Amino acid sequence: MSFLTMLPVWVLMTSFLAAMIIFMLPEHRHGLRTTINIVAALIKIAFIILLLRLVAQQYTPEVSFELLPGLYFVLKADALAMLFAGLSSILWLCTTIYAIGYLENSPNRSRFFGYFSLCVASTMGISLAGNLFTFLIFYELLTLSTYPLVVHRGTQQALNAGRIYLTYTLIGGLVLLLGVACVYAFVGDIAFGDTTKMAEFVAREPVSAAVIFLLLISGMAVKAALFPVHGWLPKAMVAPAPVSALLHAVAVVKAGAFGVIRVVYDVFGVALSWQQGYLFVLSIFASFTILYGSWRAIQQIDIKKRLAFSTVSQVSYILLGVTLLGPIGTIGGLVHLLHQGLMKVTLFFCAGNYAETLGIHKITELNGTGKRMPYTSIAFTVGALGMIGLPPIAGFISKWYLGTGALAANMQWVIWVLLASSLLNATYFLPLLHRIWFLPQKGPWPDEVSNQKKYRDAIPLLLIPTLITAGLSITAGLFAGSDFSPLSWVQLIVTREYQP
Amino acid sequence: MMGVAISMPVILPLLGAIISLLLPARYNNRIAFIFMLGLVVNAAWLLMHFSAQGPYQQVMGGWTLPLGIALRIDALAIIFSMMSCVVASVCGFYARFYLRAKQLKQFWPFFWFLLTALNTIWLSADLFNLYVGLELLTFSAVGLVALGQNKHALAAALRYLFAALLGSMGYLLGIALLYAQFGTLSLSQLSDAFSLTTTSAVALGFMFIGLMMKTAVFPLHTWLPPAHGGSLTPVSALLSALVIKASFYILLRLWMALPFGENAFVIGSLMGTLGGTAIIWGSWMALNQTQLKQIVAYSTLAQIGYFMLIFPLFSYSDPTANQYALHGGVLMLLSHALAKAGMFLAAGNLLICTNKTDLTSLAGLSRYRPLNIFAFGLAGVSIMGLPPSGGFNGKWLLVQSALMQSKWVWLIIILLGSLLSAAYIFKVFSYTYLETKAGDKFEQPSAMLEWSALSLSVLSILLGFFSVWVLDLLTLAEMRMP
Repeated sequence: MSFLTMLPVWVLMTSFLAAMIIFMLPEHRHGLRTTINIVAALIKIAFIILLLRLVAQQYTPEVSFELLPGLYFVLKADALAMLFAGLSSILWLCTTIYAIGYLENSPNRSRFFGYFSLCVASTMGISLAGNLFTFLIFYELLTLSTYPLVVHRGTQQALNAGRIYLTYTLIGGLVLLLGVACVYAFVGDIAFGDTTKMAEFVAREPVSAAVIFLLLISGMAVKAALFPVHGWLPKAMVAPAPVSALLHAVAVVKAGAFGVIRVVYDVFGVALSWQQGYLFVLSIFASFTILYGSWRAIQQIDIKKRLAFSTVSQVSYILLGVTLLGPIGTIGGLVHLLHQGLMKVTLFFCAGNYAETLGIHKITELNGTGKRMPYTSIAFTVGALGMIGLPPIAGFISKWYLGTGALAANMQWVIWVLLASSLLNATYFLPLLHRIWFLPQKGPWPDEVSNQKKYRDAIPLLLIPTLITAGLSITAGLFAGSDFSPLSWVQLIVTREYQP
Repeated sequence: MMGVAISMPVILPLLGAIISLLLPARYNNRIAFIFMLGLVVNAAWLLMHFSAQGPYQQVMGGWTLPLGIALRIDALAIIFSMMSCVVASVCGFYARFYLRAKQLKQFWPFFWFLLTALNTIWLSADLFNLYVGLELLTFSAVGLVALGQNKHALAAALRYLFAALLGSMGYLLGIALLYAQFGTLSLSQLSDAFSLTTTSAVALGFMFIGLMMKTAVFPLHTWLPPAHGGSLTPVSALLSALVIKASFYILLRLWMALPFGENAFVIGSLMGTLGGTAIIWGSWMALNQTQLKQIVAYSTLAQIGYFMLIFPLFSYSDPTANQYALHGGVLMLLSHALAKAGMFLAAGNLLICTNKTDLTSLAGLSRYRPLNIFAFGLAGVSIMGLPPSGGFNGKWLLVQSALMQSKWVWLIIILLGSLLSAAYIFKVFSYTYLETKAGDKFEQPSAMLEWSALSLSVLSILLGFFSVWVLDLLTLAEMRMP
């Protein structure tokens, strides 16, 4: 095995080994820990770039070994895998820098960063998994490694949130386990992308196949926060801001959405799922979740809670895109996986900045923050406008493709869902922007950090990642036509998917 | 050479016991080290011999069957003796740092007798020999429980003694009846001669109930929580990881050797029902405990239930499904041995830290002793059956077997059990994350204690990656069976 074929393993190992080393380091070695974190994140990005170039040249590195007789552990870097892996690796770097600033002078950093890296390792495993069994392993590992992050603060409230989070995700994991076990028992070990055996099975036993599809998708839906199993997500908001950013923008919800993509495209095949009517049912749930999430977001007065319900709504755009048969809708769904990640991470970083610098948690406290923290506020504005779908920010590209994809798939009603949701998005984001930029400050800030007076805005370690992700959100939209944009990578995936 | 090597697992610990009784206590640790090393080397040699040349049987002292004492090496025997070697070494190492000198002096002879008994059981090929092993096991295990030397430990030991003796009586009565009918107690000869008659049914009934009593299968389990939860930490680990496996091992041997024919389904379902109830009841009780070690003890009860599911799933209808059931069951047994020993040791360390036994005193420990919580957590992952771990692979195979035979009841119980076990393990976990204002006043266990716990937990996770090695031994044996 050459270095290049083993690349998927190295990508996984960079964060896994980082996690192990960090666990072993004593709590007070902050400098060393930071160095290891950053270096590992940079190495990972280098590996990912290398892999992207290989995959673009039609080369698919793959590693597999026998875990149980006849059952293989497979890591495979195909084009779709690289989409998610690329997103996670970039946001890992940003979130790590942010977290270093955010947790400065707080206890338990060894534990936090250890699990944080482990969480990223699981995400990498999820993206690179080459069959359902491998996917399941990392899917469960993700549950385990995020729990300590959710309860990190150790308050009773955090523990309760952790319990709810676990209840949802473990039951979801169990349903997924059952689905995967059924696939292996009745259909056999099928690699992602090999849909022939499944097609035969669907023809032979349509009812069992539908049940298996239901089990798999329900298992994934819990993490993707699809209605009615979205309840954990707003509750998990008690976690520290970098965790919310990572959980909501990258790791957990995206793992669920990515799983749905894998099941639809690489286990059942999109044409088959469409033909069997699975996708129609899924599109109804996704559409409802889009509207429901936005509706609930409007009612929230806590910034992070509003963002959380916004996530519930936004992740379902990805699922909606998956259900639109035809390349254009698929592009819309897949590209939103990346775009939503960039924009939502920006928004959570901003929420963290407001909370850390001025102690702002409630929406009513935002008045006049534009003057006090202009850079954070600009980033927040970029994220919010992107979510609404304003060009040239990335969110516009996603919505454009979703809309045209819906027309191409002959599902005109989806257009109405998109329009209604954009309206609702505007309803819950524009008042915030109005407060930030146009309303005067109301009295003193709730909890202004006094020793930060020398900075006009949040401290650099918090501000820089925020600005980077905000910048990326604009760049991804502005240069969507270039060869290096997420959009063109997604087009590559979709070309390969729809070409036999 | 092989003749010597096959008897060494019995002779070495027996010698160890005698020497540790005779020589002054200050040599005990050195003796333990040398003999343990000898056992490990010997087990490795047996393993190599087995994988090169297949099963091997040896009749001791020149007596032929049915009178002679037969020892044999096959896949199950080799897997279980490797398992007890690893777990006992680590527990012995742990005990050396954990126990006080006075306790240690009494610990070693019992420890060696326990190991003699276990190895006798793994290697024996006839029912009477197994009985001798069981009796020796009972006495050494009860002795170890009584080492706790407080009122509760003594009461638990006494209760354990009565239950175990009752079990032995049942077993002895059964083999007497079998001998009267078939004229042999050698398992291989019995396997050929056996037919299900009234006498043999009664005999097997006595034996099964006796063995289930010793294994603490629901509803014959009441002695287990006080004995396992109340004794000294290294003893709890040995009991939960190894001792209950011995009587279960005999059950499994009988099940695989004797042709039950059409009755297999009924008997299997009956035992599965007990197992399923044990899973739910044990997990539920674990969830309701407030003492750390009691949770771990009740968790053993639930895990025994999983082992019992081998019987309904391994019932002669579909060879692939049978194989999956056996493989899954063996993996469950192995990973439970590693994980539960690791978990008890980790729990013992946490008790050293807090000096209290209840869960609420664990608050803040995940910050103070992260390595130890990590050890507890890793073992927990295997017990819950979450990937990647030996426990998950075992559960996966059991699920596959149930699916293949469309046995939905067992499937649902397996899945429900995982959820309940996750509930009680995360309950412990969440207490350690709680931050209270009380301030941290913790003792510090020695690093050796922490690393012992961690090593076993890590092994139970690694088993998830190297299960194929273990299962290859089993399939190797199946292929070579004449």
